[in-house]
Amino acid sequence: MTNTISVPTVSGAPLATGLSGRIRWALADTFTITKRNLIGYTRIPEALFFSTVQPIMFVLLFRYVFGGAIHTSEASYVNYLMPGIFVQTVAFGAVSTSIGLAEDLQKGLVERFRALPMARSAVLAGRTSADLCRNVVVVIIMTVVGFLVGFRPTTGVLPYLAGIGLILLFAYALSWGFAVIGLSAPNSETAQVMSFPLLFPLTFASSAFVPVDQMPSWLQGFATYQPVSVTVSACRALMLGGPTATWLIQSLLWSVGLLAVLTPVAVRRYRTRT
Amino acid sequence: MTHAIEAHDLQKTFKGKREVRALDGVSFLVEEGTVFGLLGPNGSGKTTAVRILTTILRPDGGSARVLGHDVVKEAGRVRSLIGLAGQYAAVDENLTGRENLVMVGRLNHLPGSYVAGRAKELLGEFDLSDAGDRPLKTYSGGMRRRLDLAAALVARPTVLFLDEPTTGLDPQSRNDLWEVIEGLVDGGTTVLLTTQYLEEADRLASTLSVLDHGRVIAQGSPTALKAELGATVLEVGLHDHLDAERTATLLVPVGSHPPNRSGNVVEVTVDNGPEAAMVALRALDQERITPTTFTIREPSLDDVFLALTGRRAEDDTDGDHAAADEGLDDRDEEITAVASNAGPINKAFTDYKARGHR
Repeated sequence: MTNTISVPTVSGAPLATGLSGRIRWALADTFTITKRNLIGYTRIPEALFFSTVQPIMFVLLFRYVFGGAIHTSEASYVNYLMPGIFVQTVAFGAVSTSIGLAEDLQKGLVERFRALPMARSAVLAGRTSADLCRNVVVVIIMTVVGFLVGFRPTTGVLPYLAGIGLILLFAYALSWGFAVIGLSAPNSETAQVMSFPLLFPLTFASSAFVPVDQMPSWLQGFATYQPVSVTVSACRALMLGGPTATWLIQSLLWSVGLLAVLTPVAVRRYRTRT
Repeated sequence: MTHAIEAHDLQKTFKGKREVRALDGVSFLVEEGTVFGLLGPNGSGKTTAVRILTTILRPDGGSARVLGHDVVKEAGRVRSLIGLAGQYAAVDENLTGRENLVMVGRLNHLPGSYVAGRAKELLGEFDLSDAGDRPLKTYSGGMRRRLDLAAALVARPTVLFLDEPTTGLDPQSRNDLWEVIEGLVDGGTTVLLTTQYLEEADRLASTLSVLDHGRVIAQGSPTALKAELGATVLEVGLHDHLDAERTATLLVPVGSHPPNRSGNVVEVTVDNGPEAAMVALRALDQERITPTTFTIREPSLDDVFLALTGRRAEDDTDGDHAAADEGLDDRDEEITAVASNAGPINKAFTDYKARGHR
């Protein structure tokens, strides 16, 4: 282990030797960037607001304002709603990945990172990992809020945690997609504007808030099989019971497929962006 | 000897709506332990050159080495040896000064205990100890720039790249930063800096290249540049009109052109400053004329740029710049003596003039 690091006595940074040394440093770099992004979140009040207060408002809005007008097969609308709100919240949260990266590019931080002997992948991996950590906090808050407004999962702790895991995986995959947007936008404002036309159909033309069979028939196909819907359906099944396997597999396929496609696209964007 | 930085025929074209040839065959050598200046207006290719040398961009053609390592093939090695600080103050606003330094140290793969000590040391050196644990959002422009430079120094780089380090700073902060840079060079660091400020290049750089539209249009020491381009000016102030008129007549033989008299001041353009000054003083002494002022003035670097490119280096001249220019004049007297042994500027410039670019 020690022979892979030469501690600088005079000047310059130590060099990695061998594949294992490089992997270890890539992980260390990702950790450093993740930490940096998480510290950043705690120092921007707006970011904290958007990741906590906004989803709570959505819960209250749908639970108490729209809920009465929406008819679901589920006995209580709040039980139907909460898995949808979970997925909608993490999907909206993924916008912060694009904004954060666009800001780093805009402010010249990426320039500095590129001139450092750090792993190229760490800037993206550190950003998406930080957003994953933030999502963990968000789903914990949402669980508490859900219980306060009457959400009662019926299947037990383990299936519930499995549902949360599925949501976090989906959120992580989405983060890479929004990373691509952030790397393509000229500035953070544009990154945000570019994100919403994608987010709204995904979250609202889905089974998150309204049963798909209440939508016009031309929309039902998209609304049933798009990734937000299948993930919401899988979570409902895991948290409230019902046939699970089909939805679960579809959701996993979506998340893994998105990751497989979006990660290389994002990395390529990062490399070629000048 | 090996050079700290070698650039050979660097080419870079940015393709977009409009194709821009940012670098069109730029070459230069930087000796170890010296300050090299890249001088030029906005869009002349300075930043592109720095980005290539710091491995951020790949050149389309040509090659470059930093401390003997190719910036494309051995990019990782180069990154571990260099520091970069830029005009955009690339620091994280949400982190504190200390957190920024620690982050850069960790990304340089330096041990945590070392990084903590180094951060403390740098905050002290850059007069940021009190502000070290405040988020950067609360820093002034000058403090931010100092932290940016400190971040570039965490890993004790041998070669430091400074991209317009003082652009937008007030004169006091600029002076402070100049002193820091001079201190680093005294410690053996090689510095490449880009600047639009002529007095900055003059003060810091021992060698400089003037860039215009991606080409080196002149290269040499600041003094040599000035010596090559314009003759030295002798400026003699007299007690009264009569003395001034007699002086103007006396100085005809030393001047390359007839002397100019305005009021009690006589200006004469000469080819060899120090020698002409001695001849002039002897002549005045023989006639028992005592000047009130006697100045040997070189043409300013601003004049140099004007002569080379047909326009000034800065489009919008601001007050700060003018004030700093005045300071430049004082030093001109000290460096005049060097002017005579300043060799010819490189061939690029001669060719350039020969092609009739004026």
